[in-house]
Amino acid sequence: MSQLSERLAAGVFVVTGEIGPPKGTNVGPVLHEAEQYLKGRVAAVNVTDIQTAVMRTGSLALSKLLLDRGIEPVFQMVCRDRNRLALQSDLLSVAVLGIENVLALTGDHVVMGDHRDARPVYDLDSVGLLQAMSRLESGTDMGIDVKGNPNKLDGAPKFFKGCCTTPCAPDPEAQIIKLEKKVEAGAQFVQTQAVYDPATFETFMRKIEHIKIPVLVGIVVLKSAGMAKYMNKNVPGVQVPEAIIKELTATPKENLKKVSAEIAGRLVREMKPMCQGAHLMTLGWDDLVPEIIQQAGLGT
Amino acid sequence: MNATERKPNDEILKSLQGADKVFVLGCRGCPVGCETGGEPWLREMEALLRGAGKTVTGSVLIDIICNKAIVGIKLGRILPQIAAAQAILVGSCGVGVQAVGNMVGRLAVPAMNTLCLGDYQGLWPSEERCAECGQCVLAQTGGLCPITLCAKSLVNGQCGGTGYDGSCEVSKARRCGWHLIYERLRSLGRLDDMRRPQTPRDYRKRDISDANRRTIRWALEMAEPAEPPPAPPAAAKK
Repeated sequence: MSQLSERLAAGVFVVTGEIGPPKGTNVGPVLHEAEQYLKGRVAAVNVTDIQTAVMRTGSLALSKLLLDRGIEPVFQMVCRDRNRLALQSDLLSVAVLGIENVLALTGDHVVMGDHRDARPVYDLDSVGLLQAMSRLESGTDMGIDVKGNPNKLDGAPKFFKGCCTTPCAPDPEAQIIKLEKKVEAGAQFVQTQAVYDPATFETFMRKIEHIKIPVLVGIVVLKSAGMAKYMNKNVPGVQVPEAIIKELTATPKENLKKVSAEIAGRLVREMKPMCQGAHLMTLGWDDLVPEIIQQAGLGT
Repeated sequence: MNATERKPNDEILKSLQGADKVFVLGCRGCPVGCETGGEPWLREMEALLRGAGKTVTGSVLIDIICNKAIVGIKLGRILPQIAAAQAILVGSCGVGVQAVGNMVGRLAVPAMNTLCLGDYQGLWPSEERCAECGQCVLAQTGGLCPITLCAKSLVNGQCGGTGYDGSCEVSKARRCGWHLIYERLRSLGRLDDMRRPQTPRDYRKRDISDANRRTIRWALEMAEPAEPPPAPPAAAKK
């Protein structure tokens, strides 16, 4: 049984972390970081799936390696690289390996990554992927036999199905309409795109009051003022307020990590009353997680 | 020539749900050539709509919908009939449906699926493109094609990649197709169209037969005679 789902069901404010598989076979460092800083401190750890379309080791392998080390993974799955046969097959593989949490994402376009000439797939979109998961759980797949009946599975998987939304998107209403479709397709929890403005998040959460699944607010740890400015310019749906950029600009380099953890912790603390959890995306600064949890007032 | 097939009548009626007054507009170009449109189609659609309790505010065949000048002149003359309609049922390829949708400020509902554009996008000089997907969704997307406008050809709404300037994550030089669709549906008061989940696409529709790649009536050099040529008159016997 997924601990993440159990804790959310119990009404505990949940924190999840995230690791990115390496580009290459050297998985030692990332696993070490996860064991050192995330294990026992977060409910589950997301494993990104060829994040930003930069080719790397797969999410499935790293998810399994986490599981072997007693860390519950959230297997991220994007629609960019696999058609519905491969997606469903990998979902069955995930279940066979004992991984339950799956986060369904559309996936950044290939032109964002390091194989810009590759063919993007998107056979299914994130709604279709959630439909596929629900279908597999019911014991059939997306195909039909000659008589028009769904193909039966020999053994059905069980997932805790997640999805993403972008609270600070330019068209929040359009995001909400899609989120409703994701929930209708079976989504059981939400991890959001990065949020730095609690007021905007509060407005968004009020607009989705009718959506009853738990929401984990996303925080990408800001490593510098330059990174914040870069995100404002280049990352759709993410806006770092000027006040935070000023705070980072005024911070001497040797204090950046400390201030970075303070900012993230403060954001979690402020948004805690509005949602059911926080998803920390540390981009390699995993050692900050204990401090962020402390700053957020969630430490033991 | 663009090869189209008719959508099933129940799909057309479903797309027109909530629109009691409908204008029917057909292309007298390719759909006549491949025998999906034209005069008989126009009459059939009028009967279908009336049978379903709808008012047909008018109907017209336009020689070539992808010719902007012809469409402009023709629609200009029948503006009141179009203005009285809540939706325009369009019998043409996907380019024509989008062209009409862009010109009239009404929901343009496709009556056909576009199977093959031959090798041209018609005479339409603007940006509307059709991807010959064979399962036209323009009725649900305010007459704007998500297959060609969205870099990921998503059918259920935008991903997280919409920029604050309405651009797509792949390039500032490209608008987010779903941002455009959302804006269009909002202005039409039809956001509910976005709420209906689309089922996964059927890619068999893209794999068309050789017959649909060529024209039925016009590519005479490729057309095979339907019947063997008549035997020369036998020499008169006496």
